[in-house]
Amino acid sequence: MWEHLPLFPARASTMAGHVDALYFALVAIAAFFTFLVSALILFFAIRYRKGRNPHATQIHGSTALELLWTGIPLAIVMMIFVWSSVIFFMQTRPPKGAMEVYLVGKQWMWKFQHTEGQREINALHVPAGRDVRMIMTSQDVIHSFYVPAFRIKADVLPGRYTTTWFHATTPGHYHLFCAEYCGTQHSGMIGEIVVMDPTEYDKWAASGVDGSLASAGEKSFQHYGCTMCHRADNAGRGPNLTGAFGHTVLLDDGRTVTADESYIRESILNPGAKIVSGFKNIMPTFEGQLSEEEVIGLVAYIKALGNGTANLPLPVSEPNSGAYPVAPKQEGSAAKSDKTTTTPEKGGAAQPAAKP
Amino acid sequence: METISHTSQAKTNYLNADYGLKSWLLTTDHKRIGILYLISISVFFVLGGFFAMLIRLELLTPAGDLVLADTYNKLFTMHGVVMIFLFLIPAIPSVFGNFLVPMMVGAKDLAFPKLNLLSWYLFMIGASFIMYSVITGGLDTGWTFYTPYSTTYSNSNVVAAALGVFINGFSSIFTGLNIIVTVHRMRAPGLTWQRLPLFIWAHYATSVIMVLGTPVLAVTIVLVALERLFHFGIFDARYGGDPLLFQHLFWFYSHPAVYIMILPAMGVISEVLACFSRKRIFGYSFVAMSSIAIAVLGFLVWAHHMYVAGISTYAAIIFSLLTFFVAIPSAVKVFNWTATLYKGSITFETPMLYVFAFIGLFTIGGLTGVFLAAVGIDLHVTDTYFVVAHFHYVMVGGTVTAFLAALHFWWPKMTGKMYPEGFSKLSALFVFAGFNLTFFPQFLLGYLGMPRRYHAYPPEFQVLNVLSTAGASILAVGFLMPMLYFAWSLQYGKDAGDNPWKAAGLEWMTSSPPPTFNFDETPTVTWEAYNYDEIDAPGGPAQDKPTHNKGVEVAG
Repeated sequence: MWEHLPLFPARASTMAGHVDALYFALVAIAAFFTFLVSALILFFAIRYRKGRNPHATQIHGSTALELLWTGIPLAIVMMIFVWSSVIFFMQTRPPKGAMEVYLVGKQWMWKFQHTEGQREINALHVPAGRDVRMIMTSQDVIHSFYVPAFRIKADVLPGRYTTTWFHATTPGHYHLFCAEYCGTQHSGMIGEIVVMDPTEYDKWAASGVDGSLASAGEKSFQHYGCTMCHRADNAGRGPNLTGAFGHTVLLDDGRTVTADESYIRESILNPGAKIVSGFKNIMPTFEGQLSEEEVIGLVAYIKALGNGTANLPLPVSEPNSGAYPVAPKQEGSAAKSDKTTTTPEKGGAAQPAAKP
Repeated sequence: METISHTSQAKTNYLNADYGLKSWLLTTDHKRIGILYLISISVFFVLGGFFAMLIRLELLTPAGDLVLADTYNKLFTMHGVVMIFLFLIPAIPSVFGNFLVPMMVGAKDLAFPKLNLLSWYLFMIGASFIMYSVITGGLDTGWTFYTPYSTTYSNSNVVAAALGVFINGFSSIFTGLNIIVTVHRMRAPGLTWQRLPLFIWAHYATSVIMVLGTPVLAVTIVLVALERLFHFGIFDARYGGDPLLFQHLFWFYSHPAVYIMILPAMGVISEVLACFSRKRIFGYSFVAMSSIAIAVLGFLVWAHHMYVAGISTYAAIIFSLLTFFVAIPSAVKVFNWTATLYKGSITFETPMLYVFAFIGLFTIGGLTGVFLAAVGIDLHVTDTYFVVAHFHYVMVGGTVTAFLAALHFWWPKMTGKMYPEGFSKLSALFVFAGFNLTFFPQFLLGYLGMPRRYHAYPPEFQVLNVLSTAGASILAVGFLMPMLYFAWSLQYGKDAGDNPWKAAGLEWMTSSPPPTFNFDETPTVTWEAYNYDEIDAPGGPAQDKPTHNKGVEVAG
């Protein structure tokens, strides 16, 4: 039993060192004040015990002291605030070009989908040395994606996407916990993060997959008839989605919105919420008809549209309305940094080109 | 305590003024209602403690082998619900606030005695609903009732428990209302705000939170019940609701509720500390104002429970900033209490030992709160045992410790009897040692990454869990001993006399136990709180008699 007494968690991400440094600073501050207060109490209790000091000396107070012990703690916590906020910005701002993994939580398992097409349950293989952005949702209650060795945690909510990111540093196996109570098997909703050497990861990611996530999304796109309106030639009754991802979209009420994963998800499940300028509110909702996995496939496909890695929707029948009102396309959009691992193919069902 | 007066026994007091169950169940005497609360919350404390022991026993081994997963989930839920709603929130305000606020301000009763009795009945009715849910399927949502688990997925009896919490809320609101009005309107002549005991300031601040915060919880919890029954679509994304809305509403009350639990405890500490160091509290107005500051700032920090819940980065940063501010008034209190000891004349009766324990444990609880306010660290430790350890340092190390200090300090006033000093010191030692052994390892577990509410856990966490369970056993002994010796003292305890501590404060200027209407004549106050210089002055008020008995007729 004693061989199992770790007192400090493994450090396996670039974030761990930052969090630990602040933690140690806070431990030092807390220890100092706890020691100070305890030592003073002990000293006063002995020095001014009734046997030695039969008569108390009344002291009303001291404004100088009050200001001192208001001011010093305030200055200390403000420094901690700035330090911790800087770390928090790092924790919540994924670097551009991070590889992406989709996660669907459900009672009581974690389902992962790699853009390369790999699917996993309760285990997540990731490469060391690359930024990984998690795009997460739940199909039932709130869960929380927690990897202590990476010092990251983010709740996984039904009905929306939340994100977090990490940059694993050391290959190995690390705990994945659900940190938000989710029912009977909450403590069984655990898994492992397998951090691999990048080249081994690339091999792993390419082996035995049945088409990329985007190609699965393309199949759904056709199966559900999305191509009828969302045509690639600006002639459909719905906006042309080519190249739309990552751009600012003008809405019919004058607002603008960034076409991110959450916006696409909402537009599929609740199309009336934000109508693109120049289009009518005619799209039926797909709420209840698509699983979260299918929605993720569609999101991945729409992301891939226009960055040269996915097939465009086939134009069908006669032209109708105007062009899609997006801001001018900028460089890169939200494309993958590493195209070798995300090489979808013609036809939507073939193996990735990278496969040996 | 050699100087014990045997003369007060003959006098009619609130305990022997009337007999029979009916005289208790229909009483409007704030002191009797305080005793009713004391008995009720003691029962719930034992029940909540029983759940805690089962939790700790389950966690002795990594596998979930003692109870089923569902049972475990119900245990920690019921532990939380019972301890928070049925013990911690009413513990000090409804027992000692009820008993002492009118006496401390020199009044005959609270402003609304019947409302006061109603508040106890509402408490018991609410508690009955909660108990009903325990025996009809239990409750497994966690005391936080997070949606959509509570509204849609839980198979346990959420509606009964929610109704119980709702009804309970009114009990809390009525107590708060009563205290506010009493402090404003019923102070004795000469008792200005600046002369009020800090206990009163603390209870005033608490009452404001109760009156402003509790309705939000009450409405929220009703919405949970309605959503569960009729799928209103307020909190469940499937019906178009927003689960985060629930968290905002819940914590809008439940974070201030933390201050409902700790502020009265701070009031107790000021009273006891002043008495056993024979000094006025250092920086009286700063301590008083810090209670108000905590009450106000406490309403502005709720979303620090939600840093990882999916709120925006900037919202998290703002709530982090505000949370750091709320640390300051607590620090001010700790420093002032410490400074009060300086040049005191200190004795070490049991209530004072609990005060020392409180200051030490609350300091750790408060400082680890700074860790959690720091959003960069909170991201790692929130929802782990670090949080569990933190709030137990505040709620048990703080509130329960202060509750025990209060119980020992005012027991002679409430019953006219002394508790046995030797046993009580021993139990204070058990509480302190057992508490630290139980909860300190949980800080380490939390930073290691052990999530809370886990029925089973990876084996590397076992050693620290075994230590924690061992500590809990010691703590249990420390908590059981007072129940035995207090009960024993009712029959066999030495007579306490009216003021065994030679304490300041109007409540000590009447007999023990006090007469039904507290004072035979309304006292007129011409002195500041904690006038220990006058009490202890040679040739001052008689040593074994209440001080300042001009205007107060005292037995004997």
